[in-house]
Amino acid sequence: MNPRAAAMALTLLAASGCATTTTDPRDPLEGYNRAMFAVNDTVDEALFKPVARAYKAVAPAPLRGMVRNFFANLEDPFIGANNMLQGKFLDGWTDWARFVFNTVFGVFGINDVASEMGLEKHNEDFGQTFGRWGAGDGPYLVLPFFGPSTLRDAGGLVLDLAADPVSQHRPVNERNAAIATNVVSHRADLLDASRLLEEASIDRYVFLRDAYLQRRRSLVYDGSPPRERRPAE
Amino acid sequence: MKGFLAGAALLLGSFGAQAQGHTPPDELVKAVMLDIQAIIERDKDLQSGDHGKNIRLIEEKALPHFNDVGMTALAVGVNWRKASPEQKKRLTHEFRSLLVRTYASSLAAFREQKFDFRPLRMKPEDTDVTVQVRVLQPGTQPVVVEYDMEKTPRGWKCYDLRVAGISLVINYRTEFANLVRESGIDGLIRSLETKNKSLDAPKAGAAK
Repeated sequence: MNPRAAAMALTLLAASGCATTTTDPRDPLEGYNRAMFAVNDTVDEALFKPVARAYKAVAPAPLRGMVRNFFANLEDPFIGANNMLQGKFLDGWTDWARFVFNTVFGVFGINDVASEMGLEKHNEDFGQTFGRWGAGDGPYLVLPFFGPSTLRDAGGLVLDLAADPVSQHRPVNERNAAIATNVVSHRADLLDASRLLEEASIDRYVFLRDAYLQRRRSLVYDGSPPRERRPAE
Repeated sequence: MKGFLAGAALLLGSFGAQAQGHTPPDELVKAVMLDIQAIIERDKDLQSGDHGKNIRLIEEKALPHFNDVGMTALAVGVNWRKASPEQKKRLTHEFRSLLVRTYASSLAAFREQKFDFRPLRMKPEDTDVTVQVRVLQPGTQPVVVEYDMEKTPRGWKCYDLRVAGISLVINYRTEFANLVRESGIDGLIRSLETKNKSLDAPKAGAAK
């Protein structure tokens, strides 16, 4: 280990040792997570956010829609596979039909004709499949670059990336250009959401963590998790 | 003649429903959302994101249908019972302001959205229901908005709101609990006041 990495590791350890007074049972690694959250935030402010703003300013909305659709289409076969793994065969077939229609009639997916035909897009990944199979979230985990996750979802992400046609694409320079475009497109779509997050929260880290955990729970149950009743006032 | 009778029966029926109660929750949600959308459609200031005007629109059209005390109680959680009546009043005021200020800036996007109002299956004796509305957007999964509503003497009121599975109310619970633990209920009230003031201050270099 070089001295620099060692120093960084020590800083992280120190941060995890002292940053918190009481730990949230869902977030035992809060010290490390907050440090990683700050790092991601710095990179975002310096790089991704300005580039995403420029992209939004330069590219007209219809073009941005085509870019978004193109990458969304590439995800559909694999969203279908996850639906199959979860036993939702009808949804799985819908996803695969979407891919075929959008690739053929939507010109390599840049037009989402399938949605207009009533074949709705789904949101699935390996993290959700594991959740559906009964795996709990595990500890909350802020990943470098990818941001909020959990132990279960990080495991899922490794498989997601292995199955992702974009990251498996060669030559490498084309792949890198595609990944960069996709990242900028995603970040541009999230500009409003991230502004909302800043306005809504007092402690942004806690707010984003709780929102992530609620969202994933809802996704695992496909939008209808068991309802928690309101306690008496 | 049969048609007329059926029409009269319908009319009487709706009068009956009005007399004994209030607009059913799913119809209420639909009417309020479409009303707000129509107002934005007609108003250039609202479309360009006039913050003050957006806030007034929410306060006038949406807020009367929310149970703001219930929402605040839900967000504050167990500490709510420890608050004095005066603290409860101030908490409610500040939390309501925070929600209105935060979501006023998203209102302009309302104009281009297509809604799919889901029919609500409810029994006549139900007093606590969830109304679902799906917001349709090409290229992405529809976003589900859910309104948890309860029956009160003043009509159906919303006490929790979830967007894509994230409760805009419950999401504050940990944050608020942390603030109460650090500086008490008055500390939480102060934090909310400061936050609201910062949202009202004109933003330097506000990005579009």
